[in-house]
Amino acid sequence: MSKLKISNLTAGYGDFQALFGIDLAIGEGETVAIIGSNGAGKSTFLRSIAGLLPNQPEAVEFKGEAIGALHANKVVEKGIALVPEGRRLFPSLSVEENLMMGAYSKRSGPWNLQRIYELFPILHEKRRNPGTALSGGQQQMVAIGRALMSNPELLLCDEISLGLAPTTVKDIYDALPAIQEDGTTVLVVEQDINQALAVADRIYCFQEGRVSLEGRPGEVSKDEIKVAYFGM
Amino acid sequence: MEWVNTIVQGILLGGLYAMFATGLSLMFGIMRLVNIAHGDFIILASYLGLVVVTTLGFSPLASLLVVVPLMAVIGYLLQRYLLNKTLGHDILPPLLVTFGLSIILQNVLLELFSADSQKLKAGDIEVASITLSEQLSVGVLPLLVFLSGVAVIGALQFLFYKTELGRAFRATSDDQDTARLMGVSNSHIFGLAMALAMAVVAIAGVFLAIRTNFDPTVGPARLLYGFEAVIIGGLGSLWGTLAGGIILGVAQAIGAQINPGWQILAGHVVFLLILIFRPRGLFPRSVD
Repeated sequence: MSKLKISNLTAGYGDFQALFGIDLAIGEGETVAIIGSNGAGKSTFLRSIAGLLPNQPEAVEFKGEAIGALHANKVVEKGIALVPEGRRLFPSLSVEENLMMGAYSKRSGPWNLQRIYELFPILHEKRRNPGTALSGGQQQMVAIGRALMSNPELLLCDEISLGLAPTTVKDIYDALPAIQEDGTTVLVVEQDINQALAVADRIYCFQEGRVSLEGRPGEVSKDEIKVAYFGM
Repeated sequence: MEWVNTIVQGILLGGLYAMFATGLSLMFGIMRLVNIAHGDFIILASYLGLVVVTTLGFSPLASLLVVVPLMAVIGYLLQRYLLNKTLGHDILPPLLVTFGLSIILQNVLLELFSADSQKLKAGDIEVASITLSEQLSVGVLPLLVFLSGVAVIGALQFLFYKTELGRAFRATSDDQDTARLMGVSNSHIFGLAMALAMAVVAIAGVFLAIRTNFDPTVGPARLLYGFEAVIIGGLGSLWGTLAGGIILGVAQAIGAQINPGWQILAGHVVFLLILIFRPRGLFPRSVD
């Protein structure tokens, strides 16, 4: 059975429709990457799963349960956490307070402050600083740590490499195996195709709100990706 | 010595104004809700105090034991089932709805209690005073009001910066959507914030009723003092709100000392000066 099953998901903002009938499935412990250009609907897709956009109940099935109509605060209780695009740290909270906000849903599991600090030691050093006073990469670590504090079974990561130096991106992606160790399923959205191919078990390419390609990194050719990504 | 006395009285009055302002500041800070009916809720609390005193035979101060939880419950329900529906990107709906609430409250109070002025009689404590020197004495009641204001703000400061609920309030104030991603139910947290604000309103309303006469129409002026104290102190800072209340209180006391007709005017003038020279207030929150 799939961990997450998306069926005919449509979503948008007001009159603007961003997603047109997305179908997608993720297995237990799998890492899936969604690639696509700006405006392809990738972030909208993650926001829909996380409950920030209204859906049909059956459009999102998590562990066999229809959760599409749940609000974001209930979705996180079910075990889905989103690392939002742009990190969205709480500016008036310190690094440690940001992390502790992640545990607001009180889900039990392996993640706690100590383990987050082991994963990203620099955060321990900076724990009393305001979250937004950190460098971009460190802020991204806080955002990931904050999501992990809810002990998710499915972690949704929205463009976690965006705007970061390549070495920082490497540091952040190096943390992925430790996250997956506990059986956390990971869904990443990436504009960086090479990064996506390197970490994912499977990739989906979005184009104008539809799935234009699906496959395993070794099985899809660069040309297929190019066509699916740019539509030419 | 007369001037020292004036300033001391002004500072003590500022404690009450700070309580008017704190509720307003909480609502705006957490929910971005400008509550035009705030002053009328203060007066509603005054009348609830009056009802508790006259029907249950409580002393005015003991009436707080009933009025504070009652106002908190009213606040929670009001937010959850009415005001939450008005919140969104547009600031106009909550303004209009609370304006309507203000009119409704005034008229209901008028209908129930008539236009007669009322006052809560607290007995000896109203005239008791502590003599500091031959020419300077401080009223026990004004001092009690002031200390209550400081205690309320100290307690809120603790709640906001040392507890999980306070963290959730601050996170929601920063970014509602991301707070929802953490598991915060915005409608519930807004209800709790309004309950908290109304609990402070209840204390302010009962103290107001002990200090001065009130009738159903005096709410809007309290709203104005509250606004002025918040803006003088700087939005989003609790201790700033206390400072704003004190500055307003002192300004009014000095104005009254110069000419009894200038009391309110002096407060408005100081408020306008702050708006011109420090539009973000004296102690604005560093992060916006």
